[in-house]
Amino acid sequence: MKILIVDDERDVEMLFRQKFRKEIKTGGLELVFAFSGQQALDILSETDPPQVVYVFSDINMPGMTGLELLEKVKTKFPNINVSMISAYGDTENYNKAIKSGAKEFFTKPIDFDSLRKEITALLN
Amino acid sequence: MALENLIAFFLLNYLRKNFDKPEPFPNTNRLLIIGMAVAAFLGLLGASDVGPRFLTSLLSLLLMGALIYGILTLPSFSKGRPIVAAILPYVSITFLAEFGQILFPSTYSGVEALFETAEFFAFIWAVAQWWISRRQRKALEVQRLIAEQKERELVLTEKIKAQLEIEVAERTADLTKQKEELEKALTDLKATQEQLILAEKMASLGELTAGIAHEIQNPLNFVNNFSELNHELLDELEQAAEKGDTDEIKEIIQDLKNNEEKIVSHGKRAEGIVKSMLQHSRKESGKKEPTDINKLADEYLRLSYHGLRAKDKSFNATYKTDFDPNLPQLEVVSQDIGRVLLNLINNAFYAVGGKEAKEAAQSRGGEYVPTVTVTTKKLPKKVEIRVIDNGPGIPDEIKDKIFQPFFTTKPTGQGTGLGLSLSYDIVKGHGGELRLQSDLGKGTEFVISLPSI
Ligand SMILES: [Mg+2]
Repeated sequence: MKILIVDDERDVEMLFRQKFRKEIKTGGLELVFAFSGQQALDILSETDPPQVVYVFSDINMPGMTGLELLEKVKTKFPNINVSMISAYGDTENYNKAIKSGAKEFFTKPIDFDSLRKEITALLN
Repeated sequence: MALENLIAFFLLNYLRKNFDKPEPFPNTNRLLIIGMAVAAFLGLLGASDVGPRFLTSLLSLLLMGALIYGILTLPSFSKGRPIVAAILPYVSITFLAEFGQILFPSTYSGVEALFETAEFFAFIWAVAQWWISRRQRKALEVQRLIAEQKERELVLTEKIKAQLEIEVAERTADLTKQKEELEKALTDLKATQEQLILAEKMASLGELTAGIAHEIQNPLNFVNNFSELNHELLDELEQAAEKGDTDEIKEIIQDLKNNEEKIVSHGKRAEGIVKSMLQHSRKESGKKEPTDINKLADEYLRLSYHGLRAKDKSFNATYKTDFDPNLPQLEVVSQDIGRVLLNLINNAFYAVGGKEAKEAAQSRGGEYVPTVTVTTKKLPKKVEIRVIDNGPGIPDEIKDKIFQPFFTTKPTGQGTGLGLSLSYDIVKGHGGELRLQSDLGKGTEFVISLPSI
């Protein structure tokens, strides 16, 4: 089960890898990381169909924003789930995301318990 | 004895008209008129031969004598002296001839011809004297007229001078007043300028508030996340220690260390942002200190980006950096150079965020990727920082004005028009240069060059 995390902050990788260490070791979870929207699209396009089943994306990134990425992913790969993780949890961002087909909207600082729930639900 | 008395008569009349003040006698005028009457009377007597000739001649002599004596001795009659000088020989000779004729008729008849000759020469003398004195008087008159003219001119000059002095005083007062007004205006302007500079500082800071909050929130989140992780790892470490699993223990300790490093670095990152924000809003100008320009540029680039993003959700642009790793530290007032960077970067984002650049790119058939690039480069004796955008570019007619205070192309209320002029002053103040290159439709490049000693 491959999940793609998109965030312009590189330390997110280290954080996620530790937080989901158990799931990675034993639960069949595989995490891949992209640090820009473009990089995320590149990863998704590597194989056809893409191996990634779920994308968690930051919104506020230089270049392509998370919301733009959401739209592109949803048009190209409608089957992939996309959830947003943003420090800006305002209604404007929220509504835009949901309207564009986002599954969930998580706010920063990330509540890893609810995130874990979302991921384990997917794993089972 | 008619001529002598006639002379006395005219002489008296002349004195009456020409004597100087103060009057030598209480009633000088009347006295002289009486003298004239006496002279006229004696003259008539002498001409008509009515009275005894000797008495008439003697009285005439006394009158003439008194008159000449008065003229020669009284200062008030000094104007009569030239006349006396003219007539004295003639009068003396005629009186001598008269008394000679009366007292010694026989002797006189022998020398009558001599007297007549003397009388003739005395007459010539009188005429010559009269003529000379007339010329002198005329010369004096001319001199007097000249003097009077000069006097009048002097008076006039004095008048003009006085007038001028009044005018000068008035003008001086006007100028002093104007000077004071100008000085006040200047003071007001300086105060306003200071307020504007502060307002500009605050405006650029205000634009960034949300971005700053975001920029602080991100590292703080990491600090919290990694701390939380370490907390969990410590629990796991405890369990591993109980089991005595040394490999596991070593692995966990390594993770703990790595996380600890992350906590420190993100803590420092947040601290740096708060520091630069405080420095930016500080009112007094800071001190020059060794500054890592790459770090400063990166910080402000992020602040600007997130600030603008937070303000306008539709705003989006890419930023790139190309920092020279060999850049030397520069002695600069970091918050001032930070302001310059912030200003240029904000402007660059503003330029690429507008519709113009997008439309221009799309009309050429390309996809527009609004991009702001910040580069640094070490050069001999200086460092160049470039803030590059691929916005619409700056028209030539605006290029010249762009560093002028209060010049802005932004809509009213959106820009103070001071950003670039302040930036220019700051860079100049550091002995550097701020210049721009711009191609319409392609973009703009601001180049800050700072001396690196
Ligand atoms: Mg982000």
